[in-house]
Amino acid sequence: MQEIQSLMGGFVVALSMKNLLLMLAGVSLGVLIGVLPGLGGANGVAILLPLTFSMAQAEGGATSAIILLSCIYWGALFGGAITSILFNIPGEPWSVATTFDGYPMAQKGEAGKALTAAFTSSFIGALVAVIVITFLSPVVARFALKFGPPEFFSVYLLTFCAFVGMAKGSPFKTIAAMMAGFGLAAVGIDTVTGQLRLTFGFMELLKGFDFLIAVIGLFGIGEILLTIEEGLVFKGASARLNARVVVETWKELPKYWKTSLRSSAVGCLMGIVPGGATPASFMAYGVAKRMSPDGDKFGKGQVEGVIAPETAAHAAGTSALLPMITLGVPGSPTAAVLLGGLLIWGLQPGPLLFIEKPDFVWGLIASMYLGNIAGLIVVLTCVPLFAAILRVPFSIIAPVILVICAIGAFTVHNSMFDVWLMLVFGILGYVFKKLDYPLAPMVLALVLGDRAEDSFRQSMLMSQGDLGIFAANGLVGSITTLALLLLFWPFVSQGLALLKKR
Amino acid sequence: MEGQQDRAVGSVRAWEAIVAICFLVFGAVIVWDSKRLGSAWGAEGPQAGYFPFYIGMIIVLASIANLISAFRMSREDGGKPFVMRSQLKMVLTVMIPCTIYVALIVNPVYSLGIYLASALFIAFFMRTLGKYGWAKIAVVSIGVVVAFFLMFEIWFKVPLPKGPIEAMLGFL
Repeated sequence: MQEIQSLMGGFVVALSMKNLLLMLAGVSLGVLIGVLPGLGGANGVAILLPLTFSMAQAEGGATSAIILLSCIYWGALFGGAITSILFNIPGEPWSVATTFDGYPMAQKGEAGKALTAAFTSSFIGALVAVIVITFLSPVVARFALKFGPPEFFSVYLLTFCAFVGMAKGSPFKTIAAMMAGFGLAAVGIDTVTGQLRLTFGFMELLKGFDFLIAVIGLFGIGEILLTIEEGLVFKGASARLNARVVVETWKELPKYWKTSLRSSAVGCLMGIVPGGATPASFMAYGVAKRMSPDGDKFGKGQVEGVIAPETAAHAAGTSALLPMITLGVPGSPTAAVLLGGLLIWGLQPGPLLFIEKPDFVWGLIASMYLGNIAGLIVVLTCVPLFAAILRVPFSIIAPVILVICAIGAFTVHNSMFDVWLMLVFGILGYVFKKLDYPLAPMVLALVLGDRAEDSFRQSMLMSQGDLGIFAANGLVGSITTLALLLLFWPFVSQGLALLKKR
Repeated sequence: MEGQQDRAVGSVRAWEAIVAICFLVFGAVIVWDSKRLGSAWGAEGPQAGYFPFYIGMIIVLASIANLISAFRMSREDGGKPFVMRSQLKMVLTVMIPCTIYVALIVNPVYSLGIYLASALFIAFFMRTLGKYGWAKIAVVSIGVVVAFFLMFEIWFKVPLPKGPIEAMLGFL
């Protein structure tokens, strides 16, 4: 069991006093970010990323930096449940399914029970996913060592086709948004030939668009504009969480072990495929509703209706990091921001990371275990505090969040141009959200654009321009086939539905 | 707005079409620039415009599909209001001060720096939207800004744009 040994080594790294403190700080900040409107996992991590630049320079600093940022992510995942249950406002898209039963429970006066169930099942979902990561990621990484440019490009292709195949809305909108991300990524100096692309003589565009700015604008400013449009009034259920409620709920939870297990499986599976956390939570909710003997009571405040989506969302959100550390292909926007962090700190994500920086990888994996334990403790003890923050009037919260976004955008490159760009992306995010253009594939394309292009060009060089290289051997061929299948899935399923009608 | 009817600013169909056309133009610009750079096979392999050319083409095709589906929307879906006038007003009450705020931080005429501009911005919001008393406004806006100052300048040593007040206090 080499993995166990490596993991123990990781715990030694993660258990230093400094890293434990960072974990606690990260989780608390993360919950706060998850609770506040307009700040979520992706842009929260994006805003705080520049603060780690100097931290990562020190010996072992990159590990501390990723621990801080990933713990913010865990915290944000936990925090989403608080707003969903108490205020019927999903903090993150994958918390939407939690509102279905969580808010009715809170209205019935069972907020404490709902919160405890949500936090505990989030923790279980994350734990299952981390165990999967621990044992699966070395295998995937070892396998991926054999990958050449064509294999990597086919994995990127699979990632992006999965978005089209699993999108709820129009596939063409997904394609348009995604390709716009690639287009924005191409702006600036071409790394191979050194020519200027799409800059049209503007000096500011030389270095291209930074995806961190896009994330802060699209998710942060855009979200605030949407919230304001709805004329936001917080009408929350009161949250009291005492030890007695927690213990009583915990006594009840083992009854639902089947739901937890099923939801964890759904979550892990969907998380490794990109874009998975949100569909995973809905899918787990649907499955639980169908399989449960109390299925018809769902939507009226059933504990199982909170357990299922929360377990799946956390399992998916956590396992989204598996392709990020093993292949360098992030499964979610937040994982994409973390990947951007690795690149900025000078680490090359991908299979070699396991060989070259074992301390970093295993420290990160160990911190996933510890971070989620820390998260569970923080949320169980501090719910009233976080709920109180939500009662701060919007006229104070909104400008403070906008200021935070502006500072975050500025610190990425110390440039005011980026702050202006953030405002533009904010308006874009608002319009796109209203018209159901998906933002996640756009951000992922912006992050992966250059890498995807490099692997495409290298493959083309290898084959002298013959696209057949993407089906040249069994491995790359099957990945490509799977990708194309996913890409055309919306059309296939539409066709099947039409045939059935006749 | 009392007495006045809340009107829609454009239908969903109209906005779908506008956004699809914007995408179309964006895609066309990419295709055009890639052509300029060379989108074929050069002496040393793929030219600079090789990859973006296809990206641009896909955007153009996808946005044509989006444009068609915008016009084929049912009357019920397509006729829905995109945004109501009262909603747009709310959005603008945030966006306009926000733009002024960013302009105040650094500009060619008189830059306030991020801290002073932020304090004014928060104060403005609290006064116009929250109708708070000046004492409360002063406590919150100055408190938040001082907290940010300590966090960025002192703790993390990340320099942000500064203005006359910081200069007076001796921070550069």
